[in-house]
Amino acid sequence: MGTRSIGVVQPQQVSLPLTEKGLLLESGATLPAVTVQYETYGRLSPTGDNAILVLHAFSGDAHAAGRHAEEDRYPGWWDDMIGPGKAFDTDRFFVVCSNVLGGCQGTTGPGSINPATGRHYALDFPVVTIGDMVDVQKRLLDILGIDRLYAVAGGSMGGMQALEWAVRYPQMVERAIVLASTSRLNSQGIAFNAVGRNAIMSDPAWNNGEYYGAPQPGHGLAIARMVGHITYLSSESMRQKFGRRLQNGRPGNLAFDDQFEVESYLAYQGEKFVDRFDANSYIYLTKAMDYYDLAGSWGGMEAAMRRVEGSLLVLSYSSDWLFPTEQSKEIVYALARAGKDVSFNEIQSPYGHDSFLLEASLQSELITAFLTGKKR
Amino acid sequence: MNVFDVIVEMIPDGATVLDLGCDDCSLLERLHDERHVHGRGVEIDDASIQECIRKGISVFHGNLDEGLKDHPTGSYDYVILSRTMQQVRHPHVLLDEMVRVGRNVIVNFPNFASLINRIQLGLGGRMPVNKNIPYSWYDTPNIHFFTRRDFVDLCRERGLTITREVFLHRGRILPPVLPNLFATEVCCLVTKS
Repeated sequence: MGTRSIGVVQPQQVSLPLTEKGLLLESGATLPAVTVQYETYGRLSPTGDNAILVLHAFSGDAHAAGRHAEEDRYPGWWDDMIGPGKAFDTDRFFVVCSNVLGGCQGTTGPGSINPATGRHYALDFPVVTIGDMVDVQKRLLDILGIDRLYAVAGGSMGGMQALEWAVRYPQMVERAIVLASTSRLNSQGIAFNAVGRNAIMSDPAWNNGEYYGAPQPGHGLAIARMVGHITYLSSESMRQKFGRRLQNGRPGNLAFDDQFEVESYLAYQGEKFVDRFDANSYIYLTKAMDYYDLAGSWGGMEAAMRRVEGSLLVLSYSSDWLFPTEQSKEIVYALARAGKDVSFNEIQSPYGHDSFLLEASLQSELITAFLTGKKR
Repeated sequence: MNVFDVIVEMIPDGATVLDLGCDDCSLLERLHDERHVHGRGVEIDDASIQECIRKGISVFHGNLDEGLKDHPTGSYDYVILSRTMQQVRHPHVLLDEMVRVGRNVIVNFPNFASLINRIQLGLGGRMPVNKNIPYSWYDTPNIHFFTRRDFVDLCRERGLTITREVFLHRGRILPPVLPNLFATEVCCLVTKS
Protein backbone atom coordinates (compact mmCIF):
# COMPACT_ATOMS: atom_id res chain seq x y z
CA MET A 1 0.00 0.00 0.00
CA GLY A 2 1.49 3.33 -1.04
CA THR A 3 1.47 6.48 0.98
CA ARG A 4 0.60 9.91 -0.28
CA SER A 5 0.74 13.44 1.02
CA ILE A 6 -2.43 14.88 2.43
CA GLY A 7 -1.88 17.79 0.01
CA VAL A 8 -2.84 21.40 0.68
CA VAL A 9 -4.42 22.00 4.08
CA GLN A 10 -6.07 25.02 5.65
CA PRO A 11 -5.30 26.21 9.17
CA GLN A 12 -8.39 27.17 11.14
CA GLN A 13 -9.11 29.28 14.19
CA VAL A 14 -11.87 29.23 16.74
CA SER A 15 -12.65 31.30 19.84
CA LEU A 16 -13.57 29.18 22.85
CA PRO A 17 -17.01 29.93 24.24
CA LEU A 18 -16.28 31.08 27.80
CA THR A 19 -18.37 32.44 30.65
CA GLU A 20 -17.79 35.98 31.92
CA LYS A 21 -15.24 34.60 34.35
CA GLY A 22 -13.12 33.40 31.45
CA LEU A 23 -10.92 30.32 31.37
CA LEU A 24 -9.75 29.27 34.81
CA LEU A 25 -6.17 28.03 34.77
CA GLU A 26 -4.43 25.65 37.17
CA SER A 27 -2.57 28.58 38.72
CA GLY A 28 -5.93 30.12 39.73
CA ALA A 29 -5.52 32.96 37.19
CA THR A 30 -8.04 33.39 34.37
CA LEU A 31 -7.91 34.28 30.69
CA PRO A 32 -10.87 36.34 29.45
CA ALA A 33 -10.65 35.02 25.88
CA VAL A 34 -8.88 32.15 24.18
CA THR A 35 -8.39 31.57 20.47
CA VAL A 36 -7.20 28.17 19.24
CA GLN A 37 -5.44 27.51 15.95
CA TYR A 38 -5.91 24.00 14.62
CA GLU A 39 -5.83 21.80 11.55
CA THR A 40 -7.74 18.63 10.72
CA TYR A 41 -6.96 15.86 8.24
CA GLY A 42 -9.35 13.16 7.03
CA ARG A 43 -13.03 12.91 7.88
CA LEU A 44 -14.81 12.35 11.18
CA SER A 45 -16.91 9.19 10.87
CA PRO A 46 -20.69 9.50 11.38
CA THR A 47 -20.36 7.71 14.73
CA GLY A 48 -17.36 9.82 15.75
CA ASP A 49 -15.23 6.76 16.49
CA ASN A 50 -12.13 7.61 14.43
CA ALA A 51 -10.73 10.83 15.92
CA ILE A 52 -7.05 11.06 16.76
CA LEU A 53 -5.62 14.06 18.57
CA VAL A 54 -1.97 14.72 17.70
CA LEU A 55 -0.04 16.85 20.19
CA HIS A 56 2.94 18.90 19.13
CA ALA A 57 6.25 19.27 20.94
CA PHE A 58 7.75 22.45 22.37
CA SER A 59 8.52 24.33 19.16
CA GLY A 60 5.84 22.69 16.99
CA ASP A 61 2.50 24.03 15.89
CA ALA A 62 -0.91 23.02 14.55
CA HIS A 63 0.56 22.40 11.10
CA ALA A 64 1.33 18.69 11.44
CA ALA A 65 0.85 17.49 7.88
CA GLY A 66 0.50 18.64 4.28
CA ARG A 67 1.36 22.09 2.92
CA HIS A 68 -0.42 25.41 3.27
CA ALA A 69 0.36 26.13 -0.38
CA GLU A 70 1.60 23.88 -3.20
CA GLU A 71 4.85 25.81 -3.38
CA ASP A 72 5.68 25.53 0.35
CA ARG A 73 9.18 24.15 0.73
CA TYR A 74 8.47 22.11 3.84
CA PRO A 75 5.36 20.14 4.85
CA GLY A 76 3.97 19.98 8.40
CA TRP A 77 6.19 18.69 11.22
CA TRP A 78 4.86 15.10 11.23
CA ASP A 79 4.10 14.70 7.54
CA ASP A 80 6.01 11.37 7.51
CA MET A 81 3.45 9.95 9.94
CA ILE A 82 0.15 11.61 8.96
CA GLY A 83 -1.51 11.12 5.57
CA PRO A 84 -3.21 8.56 3.35
CA GLY A 85 -1.68 5.11 3.97
CA LYS A 86 0.66 6.42 6.69
CA ALA A 87 0.71 5.39 10.38
CA PHE A 88 -1.96 7.97 11.17
CA ASP A 89 -3.89 6.97 8.07
CA THR A 90 -6.16 9.83 7.05
CA ASP A 91 -8.18 7.47 4.82
CA ARG A 92 -9.31 5.88 8.07
CA PHE A 93 -8.78 8.41 10.85
CA PHE A 94 -9.80 12.00 11.49
CA VAL A 95 -6.66 13.68 12.79
CA VAL A 96 -6.76 16.94 14.78
CA CYS A 97 -3.73 19.01 15.80
CA SER A 98 -3.90 22.36 17.58
CA ASN A 99 -1.33 24.90 18.70
CA VAL A 100 -0.88 24.82 22.49
CA LEU A 101 -2.05 27.47 24.92
CA GLY A 102 0.85 29.87 25.52
CA GLY A 103 2.20 29.22 22.02
CA CYS A 104 2.79 31.70 19.25
CA GLN A 105 1.35 30.02 16.16
CA GLY A 106 -2.24 31.23 16.32
CA THR A 107 -3.38 30.07 19.76
CA THR A 108 -3.56 32.62 22.58
CA GLY A 109 -0.19 33.22 24.22
CA PRO A 110 1.96 35.99 25.68
CA GLY A 111 2.16 37.65 22.25
CA SER A 112 -1.65 37.95 22.01
CA ILE A 113 -3.59 41.12 22.76
CA ASN A 114 -4.93 41.35 26.31
CA PRO A 115 -8.57 42.48 25.89
CA ALA A 116 -8.38 44.25 29.26
CA THR A 117 -5.60 46.61 28.17
CA GLY A 118 -5.66 46.47 24.38
CA ARG A 119 -1.93 45.71 24.49
CA HIS A 120 0.14 42.53 24.17
CA TYR A 121 0.06 40.43 27.30
CA ALA A 122 3.84 39.96 27.50
CA LEU A 123 4.60 38.97 31.12
CA ASP A 124 1.05 39.74 32.22
CA PHE A 125 0.14 36.47 30.57
CA PRO A 126 -0.58 33.95 33.34
CA VAL A 127 1.62 30.89 33.87
CA VAL A 128 0.17 28.00 31.87
CA THR A 129 0.60 24.29 32.53
CA ILE A 130 0.48 21.09 30.48
CA GLY A 131 -2.91 20.51 32.17
CA ASP A 132 -4.15 23.90 30.91
CA MET A 133 -3.07 23.00 27.38
CA VAL A 134 -5.04 19.75 27.63
CA ASP A 135 -8.05 21.61 29.01
CA VAL A 136 -8.04 23.93 25.98
CA GLN A 137 -7.74 20.95 23.61
CA LYS A 138 -10.72 19.31 25.34
CA ARG A 139 -12.77 22.46 24.72
CA LEU A 140 -11.71 22.46 21.06
CA LEU A 141 -12.89 18.85 20.71
CA ASP A 142 -16.22 19.83 22.32
CA ILE A 143 -16.64 22.42 19.57
CA LEU A 144 -15.72 19.87 16.89
CA GLY A 145 -18.29 17.43 18.31
CA ILE A 146 -15.73 14.82 19.37
CA ASP A 147 -16.55 13.08 22.64
CA ARG A 148 -14.12 10.18 22.46
CA LEU A 149 -10.67 9.70 21.02
CA TYR A 150 -9.52 6.64 19.13
CA ALA A 151 -6.06 7.81 20.14
CA VAL A 152 -3.99 10.71 21.44
CA ALA A 153 -0.36 10.85 20.34
CA GLY A 154 2.62 13.09 20.92
CA GLY A 155 6.35 13.22 21.45
CA SER A 156 8.38 15.12 24.07
CA MET A 157 6.15 17.95 25.39
CA GLY A 158 3.43 16.41 23.21
CA GLY A 159 3.95 13.12 25.04
CA MET A 160 3.41 14.91 28.36
CA GLN A 161 0.07 16.13 26.99
CA ALA A 162 -0.84 12.64 25.72
CA LEU A 163 -0.12 11.21 29.16
CA GLU A 164 -2.09 13.98 30.85
CA TRP A 165 -5.01 13.30 28.48
CA ALA A 166 -5.05 9.60 29.41
CA VAL A 167 -5.13 10.45 33.12
CA ARG A 168 -7.36 13.55 33.07
CA TYR A 169 -10.03 12.28 30.66
CA PRO A 170 -9.75 8.48 31.00
CA GLN A 171 -13.26 7.82 29.69
CA MET A 172 -12.48 9.66 26.45
CA VAL A 173 -9.07 8.20 25.61
CA GLU A 174 -9.10 4.72 24.09
CA ARG A 175 -5.40 4.71 23.22
CA ALA A 176 -2.46 6.97 24.06
CA ILE A 177 0.90 7.04 22.29
CA VAL A 178 3.69 8.63 24.33
CA LEU A 179 6.98 9.10 22.48
CA ALA A 180 10.35 10.25 23.88
CA SER A 181 8.63 11.75 26.89
CA THR A 182 8.39 11.77 30.65
CA SER A 183 5.94 12.27 33.50
CA ARG A 184 8.33 14.88 34.84
CA LEU A 185 11.42 16.52 33.45
CA ASN A 186 14.70 15.69 35.21
CA SER A 187 16.97 18.39 36.58
CA GLN A 188 19.20 18.17 33.51
CA GLY A 189 16.25 19.04 31.28
CA ILE A 190 15.20 21.87 33.59
CA ALA A 191 18.78 23.16 33.58
CA PHE A 192 18.90 23.40 29.78
CA ASN A 193 15.54 25.19 29.73
CA ALA A 194 16.91 27.63 32.32
CA VAL A 195 19.92 28.38 30.09
CA GLY A 196 17.54 29.11 27.20
CA ARG A 197 15.41 31.45 29.29
CA ASN A 198 18.50 33.19 30.64
CA ALA A 199 19.83 33.78 27.14
CA ILE A 200 16.54 35.46 26.18
CA MET A 201 16.22 37.50 29.36
CA SER A 202 19.80 38.78 29.15
CA ASP A 203 19.21 40.17 25.65
CA PRO A 204 18.63 43.94 26.14
CA ALA A 205 15.93 43.76 23.46
CA TRP A 206 13.89 41.51 25.74
CA ASN A 207 13.03 44.53 27.90
CA ASN A 208 11.18 42.51 30.54
CA GLY A 209 9.06 40.96 27.85
CA GLU A 210 7.84 44.35 26.52
CA TYR A 211 9.30 44.19 23.03
CA TYR A 212 6.18 43.87 20.88
CA GLY A 213 6.18 46.49 18.13
CA ALA A 214 10.00 46.44 18.20
CA PRO A 215 12.44 43.73 17.08
CA GLN A 216 12.24 40.73 19.41
CA PRO A 217 15.27 39.60 21.46
CA GLY A 218 16.61 37.69 18.51
CA HIS A 219 20.15 37.16 19.82
CA GLY A 220 18.96 35.64 23.06
CA LEU A 221 16.29 33.54 21.36
CA ALA A 222 18.78 32.26 18.78
CA ILE A 223 21.23 31.21 21.51
CA ALA A 224 18.39 29.49 23.37
CA ARG A 225 17.57 27.58 20.19
CA MET A 226 21.22 26.65 19.62
CA VAL A 227 21.44 25.14 23.10
CA GLY A 228 18.13 23.41 22.55
CA HIS A 229 19.30 21.93 19.27
CA ILE A 230 22.38 20.42 20.90
CA THR A 231 20.13 18.68 23.43
CA TYR A 232 17.90 17.29 20.66
CA LEU A 233 20.82 15.63 18.88
CA SER A 234 23.22 12.96 20.09
CA SER A 235 26.99 12.98 20.16
CA GLU A 236 26.92 10.25 17.51
CA SER A 237 24.50 12.02 15.17
CA MET A 238 26.55 15.24 15.41
CA ARG A 239 29.72 13.32 14.65
CA GLN A 240 28.08 11.73 11.60
CA LYS A 241 26.47 14.92 10.38
CA PHE A 242 29.30 17.42 10.92
CA GLY A 243 32.43 15.71 12.18
CA ARG A 244 35.12 18.37 12.51
CA ARG A 245 34.64 19.74 9.01
CA LEU A 246 35.30 23.42 8.50
CA GLN A 247 32.94 25.60 6.52
CA ASN A 248 35.51 27.27 4.23
CA GLY A 249 39.12 26.80 5.14
CA ARG A 250 41.46 23.89 5.20
CA PRO A 251 42.31 22.19 8.47
CA GLY A 252 45.31 23.92 10.05
CA ASN A 253 44.40 27.26 8.47
CA LEU A 254 43.50 28.64 11.94
CA ALA A 255 41.60 31.59 10.48
CA PHE A 256 39.53 33.32 13.15
CA ASP A 257 36.62 34.02 10.81
CA ASP A 258 36.20 30.43 9.71
CA GLN A 259 33.61 28.17 11.31
CA PHE A 260 33.13 24.51 11.91
CA GLU A 261 30.13 23.17 10.04
CA VAL A 262 28.38 22.46 13.32
CA GLU A 263 28.70 26.14 14.26
CA SER A 264 27.12 27.42 11.07
CA TYR A 265 24.39 24.79 11.36
CA LEU A 266 23.50 25.95 14.87
CA ALA A 267 23.66 29.60 13.81
CA TYR A 268 21.31 28.86 10.91
CA GLN A 269 18.89 26.97 13.15
CA GLY A 270 18.95 29.87 15.62
CA GLU A 271 18.21 32.49 12.96
CA LYS A 272 15.48 30.42 11.35
CA PHE A 273 13.82 29.99 14.73
CA VAL A 274 13.78 33.74 15.48
CA ASP A 275 11.70 34.27 12.33
CA ARG A 276 8.92 31.99 13.49
CA PHE A 277 8.93 31.83 17.29
CA ASP A 278 8.10 34.33 20.01
CA ALA A 279 10.70 34.72 22.78
CA ASN A 280 8.08 35.06 25.53
CA SER A 281 6.37 31.85 24.36
CA TYR A 282 9.77 30.17 24.72
CA ILE A 283 9.81 31.24 28.36
CA TYR A 284 6.21 30.23 29.11
CA LEU A 285 6.33 26.86 27.36
CA THR A 286 9.64 25.80 28.90
CA LYS A 287 8.20 26.73 32.31
CA ALA A 288 5.13 24.58 31.59
CA MET A 289 7.43 21.64 30.82
CA ASP A 290 9.57 22.27 33.91
CA TYR A 291 6.54 22.38 36.22
CA TYR A 292 4.85 19.31 34.76
CA ASP A 293 4.68 16.58 37.41
CA LEU A 294 2.04 13.94 36.83
CA ALA A 295 2.60 12.25 40.19
CA GLY A 296 2.54 15.58 42.01
CA SER A 297 -0.78 16.61 40.44
CA TRP A 298 -2.65 13.35 40.95
CA GLY A 299 -1.49 12.18 44.39
CA GLY A 300 1.29 9.85 43.30
CA MET A 301 2.31 8.05 40.17
CA GLU A 302 0.23 4.94 40.75
CA ALA A 303 -2.83 6.91 41.84
CA ALA A 304 -2.54 8.81 38.55
CA MET A 305 -2.14 5.63 36.53
CA ARG A 306 -5.07 3.89 38.22
CA ARG A 307 -7.32 6.47 36.55
CA VAL A 308 -6.26 5.35 33.04
CA GLU A 309 -8.83 3.33 31.08
CA GLY A 310 -7.31 3.13 27.61
CA SER A 311 -4.24 1.28 26.39
CA LEU A 312 -0.87 2.96 26.10
CA LEU A 313 2.08 2.62 23.77
CA VAL A 314 5.28 4.14 25.16
CA LEU A 315 8.37 4.44 22.97
CA SER A 316 11.82 5.71 23.89
CA TYR A 317 14.96 6.09 21.78
CA SER A 318 18.33 4.65 22.72
CA SER A 319 20.39 7.81 22.05
CA ASP A 320 17.91 10.27 23.64
CA TRP A 321 19.74 11.70 26.65
CA LEU A 322 17.29 14.58 27.20
CA PHE A 323 14.27 12.29 27.75
CA PRO A 324 16.13 9.06 28.55
CA THR A 325 14.62 5.58 28.39
CA GLU A 326 14.61 5.34 32.19
CA GLN A 327 11.94 8.06 32.31
CA SER A 328 9.73 6.19 29.85
CA LYS A 329 10.15 3.06 31.97
CA GLU A 330 8.91 4.98 35.02
CA ILE A 331 5.66 5.61 33.16
CA VAL A 332 5.46 2.06 31.86
CA TYR A 333 6.07 0.24 35.15
CA ALA A 334 3.76 2.56 37.07
CA LEU A 335 1.03 1.67 34.57
CA ALA A 336 1.92 -2.02 34.92
CA ARG A 337 1.72 -1.83 38.71
CA ALA A 338 -1.71 -0.27 38.32
CA GLY A 339 -2.67 -3.25 36.14
CA LYS A 340 -3.07 -1.24 32.94
CA ASP A 341 -2.66 -2.25 29.32
CA VAL A 342 0.69 -0.78 28.26
CA SER A 343 3.35 -1.74 25.74
CA PHE A 344 6.85 -0.36 25.61
CA ASN A 345 9.78 -0.48 23.24
CA GLU A 346 13.14 1.26 23.19
CA ILE A 347 13.98 1.98 19.55
CA GLN A 348 17.65 1.82 18.59
CA SER A 349 18.28 5.15 16.92
CA PRO A 350 21.31 7.43 16.57
CA TYR A 351 19.33 10.68 16.29
CA GLY A 352 18.94 11.59 19.96
CA HIS A 353 15.76 13.23 21.24
CA ASP A 354 14.77 14.26 17.70
CA SER A 355 14.42 10.56 16.80
CA PHE A 356 10.65 10.62 17.19
CA LEU A 357 10.49 13.17 14.37
CA LEU A 358 13.04 11.40 12.17
CA GLU A 359 12.91 7.66 12.86
CA ALA A 360 9.97 6.86 10.65
CA SER A 361 10.23 3.13 9.90
CA LEU A 362 10.07 1.07 13.12
CA GLN A 363 8.22 3.81 15.01
CA SER A 364 5.67 3.94 12.21
CA GLU A 365 5.27 0.15 12.16
CA LEU A 366 4.78 -0.05 15.93
CA ILE A 367 2.22 2.76 15.87
CA THR A 368 0.39 1.11 12.96
CA ALA A 369 0.32 -2.20 14.88
CA PHE A 370 -1.01 -0.39 17.95
CA LEU A 371 -3.70 1.52 16.06
CA THR A 372 -4.88 -1.30 13.81
CA GLY A 373 -4.19 -4.33 16.03
CA LYS A 374 -6.64 -6.22 18.16
CA LYS A 375 -8.20 -4.32 21.06
CA ARG A 376 -8.75 -6.56 24.07
CA MET B 1 0.24 -31.77 21.83
CA ASN B 2 3.05 -29.35 22.43
CA VAL B 3 4.46 -27.64 25.44
CA PHE B 4 2.07 -24.68 25.04
CA ASP B 5 -0.84 -27.09 25.59
CA VAL B 6 0.84 -28.20 28.80
CA ILE B 7 1.33 -24.62 29.98
CA VAL B 8 -2.23 -23.56 29.09
CA GLU B 9 -3.49 -26.53 31.06
CA MET B 10 -1.36 -25.54 34.11
CA ILE B 11 -2.75 -22.00 34.37
CA PRO B 12 -6.16 -21.31 35.96
CA ASP B 13 -8.77 -18.99 34.52
CA GLY B 14 -8.26 -15.24 35.11
CA ALA B 15 -4.67 -15.50 36.39
CA THR B 16 -2.11 -12.72 35.96
CA VAL B 17 0.80 -13.90 33.82
CA LEU B 18 4.23 -12.57 32.90
CA ASP B 19 5.87 -14.38 29.96
CA LEU B 20 9.62 -13.80 29.78
CA GLY B 21 11.05 -14.04 26.28
CA CYS B 22 7.49 -14.12 24.92
CA ASP B 23 8.52 -14.17 21.23
CA ASP B 24 5.48 -13.16 19.12
CA CYS B 25 3.04 -13.67 22.03
CA SER B 26 1.58 -16.90 20.58
CA LEU B 27 1.42 -18.44 24.05
CA LEU B 28 0.01 -15.30 25.68
CA GLU B 29 -2.61 -15.02 22.94
CA ARG B 30 -3.75 -18.58 23.69
CA LEU B 31 -3.78 -17.84 27.43
CA HIS B 32 -5.87 -14.72 26.74
CA ASP B 33 -8.33 -16.58 24.56
CA GLU B 34 -8.55 -19.85 26.49
CA ARG B 35 -7.80 -18.82 30.08
CA HIS B 36 -8.81 -15.12 30.07
CA VAL B 37 -5.56 -14.24 31.78
CA HIS B 38 -4.22 -10.72 32.29
CA GLY B 39 -0.93 -11.26 30.52
CA ARG B 40 2.19 -9.32 29.71
CA GLY B 41 5.25 -10.28 27.72
CA VAL B 42 8.90 -9.27 27.90
CA GLU B 43 10.81 -9.47 24.63
CA ILE B 44 14.00 -8.04 23.13
CA ASP B 45 13.31 -8.46 19.40
CA ASP B 46 11.64 -5.53 17.58
CA ALA B 47 9.70 -7.63 15.05
CA SER B 48 8.33 -9.86 17.82
CA ILE B 49 7.33 -6.82 19.88
CA GLN B 50 5.48 -5.43 16.88
CA GLU B 51 3.60 -8.72 16.45
CA CYS B 52 2.61 -8.76 20.15
CA ILE B 53 1.25 -5.23 19.84
CA ARG B 54 -0.70 -6.27 16.73
CA LYS B 55 -2.23 -9.11 18.75
CA GLY B 56 -3.26 -6.57 21.36
CA ILE B 57 -1.04 -8.10 24.04
CA SER B 58 0.84 -5.86 26.44
CA VAL B 59 4.58 -6.26 25.84
CA PHE B 60 7.71 -4.60 27.20
CA HIS B 61 11.09 -4.35 25.57
CA GLY B 62 13.49 -5.88 28.06
CA ASN B 63 16.73 -7.78 28.46
CA LEU B 64 16.33 -10.77 30.81
CA ASP B 65 20.04 -10.58 31.66
CA GLU B 66 19.23 -7.30 33.42
CA GLY B 67 16.83 -9.07 35.78
CA LEU B 68 13.29 -8.13 36.73
CA LYS B 69 14.10 -5.22 39.04
CA ASP B 70 11.26 -3.06 37.72
CA HIS B 71 8.65 -5.71 38.53
CA PRO B 72 7.42 -5.61 42.14
CA THR B 73 7.51 -8.67 44.39
CA GLY B 74 4.49 -10.94 44.08
CA SER B 75 2.97 -8.97 41.22
CA TYR B 76 1.97 -11.97 39.06
CA ASP B 77 0.26 -15.30 39.72
CA TYR B 78 2.46 -17.00 37.11
CA VAL B 79 5.82 -16.13 35.60
CA ILE B 80 6.71 -18.20 32.53
CA LEU B 81 10.12 -18.86 31.02
CA SER B 82 9.61 -21.00 27.95
CA ARG B 83 12.57 -22.46 26.03
CA THR B 84 14.71 -19.55 27.19
CA MET B 85 16.53 -20.51 30.41
CA GLN B 86 19.40 -22.06 28.45
CA GLN B 87 19.90 -18.69 26.71
CA VAL B 88 20.22 -16.28 29.65
CA ARG B 89 23.52 -15.26 31.21
CA HIS B 90 22.70 -16.19 34.82
CA PRO B 91 19.86 -18.75 34.94
CA HIS B 92 20.02 -19.14 38.74
CA VAL B 93 19.68 -15.38 39.30
CA LEU B 94 16.76 -15.18 36.88
CA LEU B 95 15.06 -18.12 38.61
CA ASP B 96 15.37 -16.33 41.97
CA GLU B 97 13.90 -13.20 40.38
CA MET B 98 11.03 -15.18 38.88
CA VAL B 99 9.96 -16.68 42.21
CA ARG B 100 10.19 -13.21 43.75
CA VAL B 101 7.91 -11.62 41.14
CA GLY B 102 5.53 -14.57 40.68
CA ARG B 103 3.73 -16.81 43.14
CA ASN B 104 4.19 -19.67 40.68
CA VAL B 105 6.85 -20.18 38.07
CA ILE B 106 6.67 -22.28 34.91
CA VAL B 107 9.97 -23.22 33.27
CA ASN B 108 10.34 -25.45 30.26
CA PHE B 109 13.63 -26.39 28.67
CA PRO B 110 15.30 -28.90 26.36
CA ASN B 111 16.70 -31.82 28.36
CA PHE B 112 20.31 -32.10 27.27
CA ALA B 113 20.56 -35.64 28.72
CA SER B 114 17.93 -37.09 26.40
CA LEU B 115 18.78 -40.32 24.59
CA ILE B 116 19.35 -38.79 21.15
CA ASN B 117 21.78 -36.23 22.60
CA ARG B 118 23.61 -38.95 24.53
CA ILE B 119 24.00 -41.01 21.36
CA GLN B 120 25.17 -38.08 19.26
CA LEU B 121 27.69 -36.93 21.87
CA GLY B 122 28.59 -40.27 23.51
CA LEU B 123 28.85 -42.46 20.44
CA GLY B 124 29.12 -39.93 17.60
CA GLY B 125 31.59 -37.81 19.53
CA ARG B 126 30.06 -34.56 18.27
CA MET B 127 27.90 -31.92 19.92
CA PRO B 128 24.26 -32.86 19.36
CA VAL B 129 22.32 -31.24 16.55
CA ASN B 130 18.74 -32.46 16.22
CA LYS B 131 15.14 -31.31 16.15
CA ASN B 132 15.27 -30.31 19.80
CA ILE B 133 18.67 -28.57 19.64
CA PRO B 134 18.83 -27.40 16.02
CA TYR B 135 21.94 -25.21 16.27
CA SER B 136 25.59 -25.75 15.46
CA TRP B 137 27.86 -25.34 18.48
CA TYR B 138 29.48 -22.24 17.00
CA ASP B 139 26.24 -20.43 16.20
CA THR B 140 23.69 -21.01 18.93
CA PRO B 141 21.71 -18.81 21.32
CA ASN B 142 22.01 -21.64 23.88
CA ILE B 143 24.84 -20.76 26.24
CA HIS B 144 24.01 -23.15 29.11
CA PHE B 145 23.29 -26.81 28.50
CA PHE B 146 21.64 -28.55 31.42
CA THR B 147 19.59 -31.64 32.10
CA ARG B 148 16.40 -32.41 33.93
CA ARG B 149 18.47 -33.65 36.88
CA ASP B 150 20.54 -30.45 36.89
CA PHE B 151 17.35 -28.41 37.06
CA VAL B 152 15.98 -30.50 39.94
CA ASP B 153 19.28 -29.93 41.80
CA LEU B 154 19.17 -26.18 41.11
CA CYS B 155 15.63 -25.91 42.47
CA ARG B 156 16.68 -27.79 45.63
CA GLU B 157 19.70 -25.48 46.09
CA ARG B 158 17.52 -22.37 45.70
CA GLY B 159 14.91 -23.68 48.16
CA LEU B 160 12.26 -24.25 45.49
CA THR B 161 9.72 -27.02 45.11
CA ILE B 162 8.79 -28.56 41.80
CA THR B 163 5.08 -29.18 42.27
CA ARG B 164 4.43 -30.56 38.77
CA GLU B 165 6.68 -31.96 36.12
CA VAL B 166 5.63 -32.88 32.58
CA PHE B 167 7.96 -34.79 30.24
CA LEU B 168 7.64 -34.52 26.49
CA HIS B 169 9.04 -36.15 23.43
CA ARG B 170 7.91 -35.48 19.87
CA GLY B 171 4.70 -33.77 20.94
CA ARG B 172 3.68 -36.56 23.32
CA ILE B 173 3.56 -36.60 27.09
CA LEU B 174 5.72 -39.40 28.45
CA PRO B 175 5.08 -41.47 31.56
CA PRO B 176 7.58 -40.57 34.32
CA VAL B 177 9.86 -43.54 33.58
CA LEU B 178 13.56 -42.62 33.35
CA PRO B 179 12.57 -39.11 32.28
CA ASN B 180 16.14 -37.83 32.27
CA LEU B 181 16.84 -40.37 29.54
CA PHE B 182 13.68 -40.24 27.46
CA ALA B 183 12.31 -36.70 27.73
CA THR B 184 13.56 -34.24 25.12
CA GLU B 185 11.63 -31.38 26.72
CA VAL B 186 10.66 -30.81 30.35
CA CYS B 187 8.03 -28.45 31.73
CA CYS B 188 8.07 -27.68 35.47
CA LEU B 189 5.73 -25.81 37.79
CA VAL B 190 7.87 -24.37 40.57
CA THR B 191 6.98 -22.61 43.82
CA LYS B 192 8.87 -21.43 46.86
CA SER B 193 9.20 -24.18 49.49
